[in-house]
Amino acid sequence: MEKAEGLERKSGLEREDGSERKDGFEKTEGLDKRELICVRCPVGCMLTVTVREDGTLDVKGNSCGRGEEYARKELTDPTRIVTTTVRVRGGRQAVVPVKTRYDIPKGKVMECIEALKEVEAEAPIFLGEVILSDAAGTGVDVVATKSVERTADN
Amino acid sequence: MDKKADILIVGGGPAGLAAAVAARKDGIENVLVLERDEELGGILNQCIHNGFGLHTFKEELTGPEYAQRYISQAEALGIPCLLHTIVVDISAEKDKKLVTAMNKKDGLFTIEAKAVVLAMGCRERSRGALNIPGYRPAGIYSAGTAQHYVNIEGRMPGKEVVILGSGDIGLIMARRMTLEGAKVKLVAELMPYSGGLKRNIVQCLEDYNIPLKLSHTVIHIDGKERVKGVTVAEVDNNRKPIPGTEEYISCDTLLLSCGLIPENELSAGLGVALNPVTAGPVVNESLETSVEGVFACGNVLHVHDLVDHVSEESYAAGEHAAAYVKEKRSVRAETVAIKCEGGVRYTVPSLLRVEYMEKEQVVRFRVGNVYRNVFLTVYFNDKIVIKQKKRVLLPGEMEQIKLKKSELEKFSDLKSITISIEEE
Amino acid sequence: MYDVIVIGAGVTGAAIARELSRYEYAGKTAVLERASDICEGTSKANSGIVHAGHDAEPGTLKARLNVLGNRKMEQLSRELDFSFKKNGTLVLCFDEKDRDKLRRLLEKGQQNGVEGLRIIEVQELRAMEPNISDEAVAALYAPAGGIVCPFGLTIALAENACENGVEFHLNTEVLQIERTQEGYLLKTSKGVFESRIVVNAAGLYADALHNMVSERKLNIIPRKGEYCLFDKSAGSYVSHTIFQLPTRYGKGVLVTPTVHGNLMMGPTAVDIEDKEGTNTTGEGLGDLLKRGGLSIQRVPEEKVITSFAGLRAHESSGDFVIGEVEGAPGFIDVAGIESPGLTCAPAIGEYVAEIVQELLPVPKKADFKVHRQGIRAMADADEGERKELIAKNPAYANIICRCELVTEGEIMDAIHRPLGATTLDGVKRRTRAGMGRCQSGFCAPKTVEILARELGTDVGEITKSGGESRFLTGYDKEDIGSA
Repeated sequence: MEKAEGLERKSGLEREDGSERKDGFEKTEGLDKRELICVRCPVGCMLTVTVREDGTLDVKGNSCGRGEEYARKELTDPTRIVTTTVRVRGGRQAVVPVKTRYDIPKGKVMECIEALKEVEAEAPIFLGEVILSDAAGTGVDVVATKSVERTADN
Repeated sequence: MDKKADILIVGGGPAGLAAAVAARKDGIENVLVLERDEELGGILNQCIHNGFGLHTFKEELTGPEYAQRYISQAEALGIPCLLHTIVVDISAEKDKKLVTAMNKKDGLFTIEAKAVVLAMGCRERSRGALNIPGYRPAGIYSAGTAQHYVNIEGRMPGKEVVILGSGDIGLIMARRMTLEGAKVKLVAELMPYSGGLKRNIVQCLEDYNIPLKLSHTVIHIDGKERVKGVTVAEVDNNRKPIPGTEEYISCDTLLLSCGLIPENELSAGLGVALNPVTAGPVVNESLETSVEGVFACGNVLHVHDLVDHVSEESYAAGEHAAAYVKEKRSVRAETVAIKCEGGVRYTVPSLLRVEYMEKEQVVRFRVGNVYRNVFLTVYFNDKIVIKQKKRVLLPGEMEQIKLKKSELEKFSDLKSITISIEEE
Repeated sequence: MYDVIVIGAGVTGAAIARELSRYEYAGKTAVLERASDICEGTSKANSGIVHAGHDAEPGTLKARLNVLGNRKMEQLSRELDFSFKKNGTLVLCFDEKDRDKLRRLLEKGQQNGVEGLRIIEVQELRAMEPNISDEAVAALYAPAGGIVCPFGLTIALAENACENGVEFHLNTEVLQIERTQEGYLLKTSKGVFESRIVVNAAGLYADALHNMVSERKLNIIPRKGEYCLFDKSAGSYVSHTIFQLPTRYGKGVLVTPTVHGNLMMGPTAVDIEDKEGTNTTGEGLGDLLKRGGLSIQRVPEEKVITSFAGLRAHESSGDFVIGEVEGAPGFIDVAGIESPGLTCAPAIGEYVAEIVQELLPVPKKADFKVHRQGIRAMADADEGERKELIAKNPAYANIICRCELVTEGEIMDAIHRPLGATTLDGVKRRTRAGMGRCQSGFCAPKTVEILARELGTDVGEITKSGGESRFLTGYDKEDIGSA
């Protein structure tokens, strides 16, 4: 692999033809072009997104519809599903794994984590149970991804 | 407490559960799962991140949610599972297998089974195997151990972290530790490419501005009681550190994510032939090992990237085990070897009995290097039967190819199947 | 006021303590150890070889104690229930020109009183060790040589001494020694101790302690030895302990099976300055594999499960320094105990106990407990014994370390027996939990949990090996939003 300056550039994210991936937009014939890796599934398709003059997007390189959806979101409104844990009171496990039911704006991830720092869930907890509603003002609930039984002595 | 089972499954993780469900659905009444942990689900219980199940359930689940899907299926089918039960020995006598296990409730006991499915999973490569020079302080963990502490115990194994190895667990833990308040300073990868999935590099490192240095390794561990720092250096093409590139990074924790190894102590004790490349059993199209009636699936067979593939493979193993119990297939059937060439490191299966294969046989494999714009070629004897253009093949991502029974049957004198990567 | 205090709970200190515990002292006897556990210094990182005794120069204390210690080991292993195997040693000769050296070694051994020594030719050698290097032309065979578990030996001696009434004070570092009317005042990190007799078995630091009471200074040089340990699947690669005559790469390294069935290679020998410098080095490990490789057909490098380094306490004089210090009555040095110190330990114990007897003669105890029962290992037990153990404590059915088949029951025993384990390393050395091919990846969290539960503390307090070696640094999200 070609050696490049900077750490980020050494992240192994090359285009499939071997050239380096361009971060940000690149002007080509008056069009905005951007390269992305679709993270909607583990396949990791390399997407080439072109913003047409009318503002619509042209996505290439995706092998399913989710790729196009991902590219659109990643360019206009990047979002992530947050997974973490929340402390449990009276349960057979110290913490319960949780996730945001839907993806939330990327910029809200840490705020969501901070909000969850203050939460303690009372066992028993059931898979899918809302642990925190409207996390960090995103309108998205945080739900348990596992059931936690109550300890016998509680 | 001595028991009998038609099919005994060693391991109640995703592989064991899928095999159990398949066997039960195929009409085997007496399926028994032995799980060493106190709950089913295996390592998925600590993989609380999302990204599981897209292939199997067409939705994105977290590890515990994915596990629960199979646990619920097993429960609905009334499959008995002995928890907190560890298998200490398996032996085979012609058509019966004796499995010695123990747990706190029943003590030491033996189960006689007609067929056994090995689904013990894998373990992480240790520091020792990597032989990093330096002290041996506290603060050196495998990524999986850190994952257990953070995700199961709610405890932090460290505050300032360097990760060696860009395997998926390491990448996932870079994000997890960051989200839980630790500072992840660097991920160093010995190879010139990452061993993890691209999506994890994007979502776990790039999102959090965690640097990844390829062709770098840890050459010294500092700190006598607790880790104080590590020295990282760039390596040359022979993976030897390049003098002058050393950099000291202060940290209190070194996480190791340097790959996984199938856990085959029980298999070896049973006399199952192992493939030195995968460290898993050599299997045929039915995922049956060299010991008749003993099947293997999931990460004990070869390390997978996706649990969806584990489930699919293990479901097949369960079906084959059921067929074995019902039909008593002949081990003497004509067997063809699948050979690897030109960068294909291994295939699973590596043996094929055309007579017993399904209409389509999935052959999974990995490559030993990064290949671009190559052809994936399959030969029956010397004849090319499949030639597929591949834009990219990566060592970190398992590939698969499907062989058609109808095409194989056309070859009356089939001696070998060869899977190869070829230049244009 | 103590009658005797031994400083240092390594194999030497433990052996001395055990021998002292045979006697009916009017006052108390104690061992002071600066580490959080016994067997934390040189004794935990060495070759584990019971040397036959052909190396030491005839007439030296080393030569005498080596042969004596070797002869005592088998009996001792039965009394104290630790792993020992008389597997025999071979010293390889790679060059016809070096046959003289081999003969000289034979003569030295015979002078020292080593039994059964003989030179064997290549054919016999190959029959004994099929994987031996093609370069070997002959070897000195010493059937009296053996292997021992160094932790097993040290811990067994200490436990037995403890059961026979010797106090052990851990985390107790001797900082200062003052002469008093009746003996010595030891100022430690855990208060002041006064004793009539002091035995200095402080290993690498024996010089510092000696120099507190004597004008004639000792100088202990830490000599680093690096080792590689291989997986049990390589354990039968050789069956004897294989030494080398010095080669073109310098002093040879040994290749040996361990009593637990691993293969081990080491040690290098580099004099360093830092007495805490137990780090392995890239050069050292590389050099080791190269030199070890001379003895065998192929080094199974892919099977290395861990590497470690130990520091031998080399005294400039070259021989052991054992005896009452001139000008410091009642202060007994046991210094410079480098290889074959482990082999010599049982003999050193007796030798020092005799010196103490001369200074403070007391009768032997009538009720001395000769025997000590080790931890029952499920891995070595047969079906009947396994069932019996589980019946006694169901925790024996709960495997914690999968690689070495160590159960919760054994770990509980390790914690609750005399001088029980309080750290992860302590459990490891007593039970082997974490010593296998995964090197504690899976079992460390479980062992930490059992330690916390049995010791009545939080898992956050459990350390790897005392001091600041805590396993955990806090709770999830503790540092979130606080900045």
